[in-house]
Amino acid sequence: MPKLTIDGQEIEVEAGTTVLQAAEMLGIEIPRFCYHERLAIAGNCRMCLVEIEKMPKPTASCAMPAGEGMVVHTDTPMIRKARRGVMELLLINHPLDCPICDQGGECDLQDQAMAYGMDRGRFHEAKRAVSRKNFGPLVETVMTRCIHCTRCVRFITEVAGMSDLGALGRGEHTEITTYVGRALGSELSGNIIDLCPVGALTNKPAAFTYRSWELRKTETVDAMDGLGASIRVDTRGNEVMRVLPRTNDEINEDWLSDRSRFAYDGLKRRRLDRCYVRRDGRPVEASWSEALAVVAERMKAAGKAVAAIAGDQTDCETMAAVKDLAMALGSAHIDCRQDGARLEAGLRASYLFNSTIAGIEEADALVLVGSNPRLEAPVLNARIRKRWLTGQLTVAAIGPEIDLTYRHQWLGDGPSVLADLAAGTHPFFKVLSQAERPMLILGQGGLARSDGSAVLGRAAHLADAAGLVKDGWNGFNVLHTAAARVGGLDLGFVPGMGGRDVAGILDGARSGAIKVVVLLGADEIDMDGLGDAFVVYLGSHGDKGAARADVILPGAAYTEKNATYVNTEGRVQRTVRAVFPPGEAKEDWRVVRALSEALGKTLPYDTLDDVQTRLAAINPVFGTLDGVMPAAWGRCGDDGPLDGAPFVSPIVDFYRTDPISRASETMAACSAGAATQTIQGKTGTHG
Amino acid sequence: MLKDRDRIFTNLYGQHDWRLAGARARGDWDGTREILAKGREAIVEDVKNSGLRGRGGAGFSTGLKWSFMPKGDGPRPHYLVINADEGEPGTCKDREILRFDPHKLVEGALLAGFAIGAHAAYVYIRGEFVVEARHLQTAVDEAYAAGLLGPDACGSGWAFDLYVHRGAGAYICGEESALLESLEGKKGQPRLKPPFPAGVGLYGCPTTVNNVESISVVPTILRRGPSWFAGLGRPKNSGTKLFCISGHVNKPCTVEEEMSIPLKELIERHAGGVRGGWDNLLAVIPGGSSTPVLTRETCDTMLMDFDSLRAAGSGLGTAAVIVMDKSTDIIRAIARLSRFYMHESCGQCTPCREGTGWLARMMDRMVTGDADLEEIDLLEQVTRQVEGHTICALGDAAAWPIQGLIRAFRPEMERRIRERGGDATRAA
Repeated sequence: MPKLTIDGQEIEVEAGTTVLQAAEMLGIEIPRFCYHERLAIAGNCRMCLVEIEKMPKPTASCAMPAGEGMVVHTDTPMIRKARRGVMELLLINHPLDCPICDQGGECDLQDQAMAYGMDRGRFHEAKRAVSRKNFGPLVETVMTRCIHCTRCVRFITEVAGMSDLGALGRGEHTEITTYVGRALGSELSGNIIDLCPVGALTNKPAAFTYRSWELRKTETVDAMDGLGASIRVDTRGNEVMRVLPRTNDEINEDWLSDRSRFAYDGLKRRRLDRCYVRRDGRPVEASWSEALAVVAERMKAAGKAVAAIAGDQTDCETMAAVKDLAMALGSAHIDCRQDGARLEAGLRASYLFNSTIAGIEEADALVLVGSNPRLEAPVLNARIRKRWLTGQLTVAAIGPEIDLTYRHQWLGDGPSVLADLAAGTHPFFKVLSQAERPMLILGQGGLARSDGSAVLGRAAHLADAAGLVKDGWNGFNVLHTAAARVGGLDLGFVPGMGGRDVAGILDGARSGAIKVVVLLGADEIDMDGLGDAFVVYLGSHGDKGAARADVILPGAAYTEKNATYVNTEGRVQRTVRAVFPPGEAKEDWRVVRALSEALGKTLPYDTLDDVQTRLAAINPVFGTLDGVMPAAWGRCGDDGPLDGAPFVSPIVDFYRTDPISRASETMAACSAGAATQTIQGKTGTHG
Repeated sequence: MLKDRDRIFTNLYGQHDWRLAGARARGDWDGTREILAKGREAIVEDVKNSGLRGRGGAGFSTGLKWSFMPKGDGPRPHYLVINADEGEPGTCKDREILRFDPHKLVEGALLAGFAIGAHAAYVYIRGEFVVEARHLQTAVDEAYAAGLLGPDACGSGWAFDLYVHRGAGAYICGEESALLESLEGKKGQPRLKPPFPAGVGLYGCPTTVNNVESISVVPTILRRGPSWFAGLGRPKNSGTKLFCISGHVNKPCTVEEEMSIPLKELIERHAGGVRGGWDNLLAVIPGGSSTPVLTRETCDTMLMDFDSLRAAGSGLGTAAVIVMDKSTDIIRAIARLSRFYMHESCGQCTPCREGTGWLARMMDRMVTGDADLEEIDLLEQVTRQVEGHTICALGDAAAWPIQGLIRAFRPEMERRIRERGGDATRAA
């Protein structure tokens, strides 16, 4: 524990702490460009120079470990002069095109130039110009602005685990580029835009559409996958202009996946902004009262033959209201597992990511079962890679052979390997059982199949046999891809006594046993299976469900409502409304409440507070926000026969998984790029 | 003047056989086993006492550097890395050793490797040195065949392997940590220090990086004793040294001489004197391109060793003496060096990447006088902005020649600017 003095203040820090970090603890800010606390130290910008007594030259504080008895000065005339010198050198070849630069207003170089810049230039030679590079549809490059801090290279190499990005050439001809003109292949590539301290890498879809100071910032939660990453939605007027990650060490650290970040243009396209009622085979615009009257009439006629299926982005308030309404109608046909995953609502630990995402950093052995976290939760995958990079995590996978960005042992592709593992006859069983903190991640690829219960049962067996669950540690994890899933299971949005699940509802619709089906943003089911049933679609986008619907009721997307979501760890989080829903669209639970009134079965809540109180009454977990409560472990699944079919990931196209991303042009471009292996013909340096 | 019996490099000009038989005849590989039997500490102590200072340019005590290596056998292997990436303009001493006396290097590598506890050594040889690399490889092969290297080197029981690795032609790979990066197969860019190579070097293991000449003199030092070596030259600047004399002399050459020899004597005795006589001398760059230039007046009495050159505001560097007579356009000569440093900057850190280009372009204008008088001060200030603020010493090396030029030849620079400015005024 070295003790050092910085600007006259003494501080004791842990061994290995750098001088810059120690200064930060004391609240002393040292300017920097290349240093980033989540990336390896590069020490190349030379902006963080400090004076350390007994050292002849100024020292880069980001790379200098704190030493016992060091006396550091961060603000002496010598240091100010050195930093001014470095700043001048950074600026001589920087274009100073701030007025047309998208980074303007939130640019580190601009900010530091206020403190260390000169009032005039002394550089009278020609400035360097660098041709732009094509990094794909997400990241715009203006490489003339690059200051070669290599944050982007380090992120893509270390965190994203790809060798796509690097520096070519040397000296002042150094250029950051992708490997011979390829687009970035990472699902996390957008993060380099945040990391870039200047305007070299900017948001391509949003280029020239806003100035940062015009935006209103709303801190909310992402609903594009099961992680519930902390995000900030920046809006101008009633329009979402961009989505950025917020730092949250428990979930997403500083990162965000490309779908969560860039699918926001889907929020403005193909929106349902008014009610439609199908008349003579064509949807016709209708008022709320007309549409609700039609639905109420049909529902009354159907009696108990009413069913509801929740989609992947449905909020808990809506599911609670629909469940209450279904009960009032005497129907038990509700289900939140539109992919048919054989999860049970009874035992909470059987469907949660019990180890927690931060817990991955304690794990020492991991087996992935029917899961491709790189596509299902890229940010979580980065956390696994982070742990793997420490050399303390052994990873194995059962499922398709894939590139996870970290080395892993591929055990096989089907449930039989899992059965061997659970029986203790597979060699990897020893690795798991001897590990201190062993983990299993069960993906939807293992659950959304006819033998899903048996897979769940074997996985639970393995958890018991290999000691995955012990004091203070639960290594049994289910990775969800749907933001709504855990909330739905917590609310018991599953078939009640005598109720039908998704497959049963579709069977019933086909046979006529189910007369009315309410789809809550559920677009991933087989629409042909709905037969002649009367379909009510309550959701935000004109996707497959709306195309089949007899009545369309416009709802709100996750950026347009104050709503509750539970992430894959069981963390109850609330979104905050950033913009209003378009046109006549309303928050979904209010629509259900209005419908209940039209049905004469008025639900007993009028305000958001009332519904949220109701959530906590259904399940007390809703009483605690943002935390994770450990869930009790027990038996789950069954010992039924296993299918021989290999596990397949539920995500076929990472960029287009849900109604919002399918409506996004940006995501469509990414998807097209990924499909053609994204080799760009022109690199900008092709001569 | 160095007596023939005190000469270490007895085949510097390649008149004799450079292979194992010839090397043995000149005394190489004689009693190597007995030297090894003295033990690690004794060897390090001898080298320390000999006063040998690193011949690569910085002049750090070789024995002291070796003593920084962890003692005993740790969990990590130790490595010796020999820097044969000789690329400093004006320098051509390691090349002579590699092609005509490679066995001195091979034997020195074994002794040095043993002294620092390394079982493996790598020679990183400049890519352009084709013949040199071939000769060195032949010497290594001969040494293996004769049992001088290998699992039981010289019958000492010490396993020692020597690998020759050819570089790809970047000057920066002569910087020790960039050399290690390159050796590991990465882009040759200097590492941040600390940690120093003695703690975290090649493949993250304790490593000593030494120059070819430093290693090659070790066997002779150990055979003849440290006091013999320390007895040559001035105190703290002991031993013999290879000087490479180039430029406007009658007979450019590489020669082994005693340290602290007067510059004038060196040039007149070995290089046949300055073209047109000593009075025709304009300036001398005493230690390779990065050392500041010396004026004629300073040259008259200058002693060629680390401390006296440092006292004169320059440095011994690699002892590459570049002589310029009065026909030289000194500004153009230094501008050429600035171009070189701009070309060879690795681009990793800001001051060097941006600064070397700026300096080179200003220097180009100084050559023609296309500048303002104040720009000489600006040029000076920019060198100060680069110097001491970079990851490695290339930034310093780019700054010093210009500082030396301004210090010694400012009137000439001003004259050129005035003359051109005068023309401009007349034209207007």
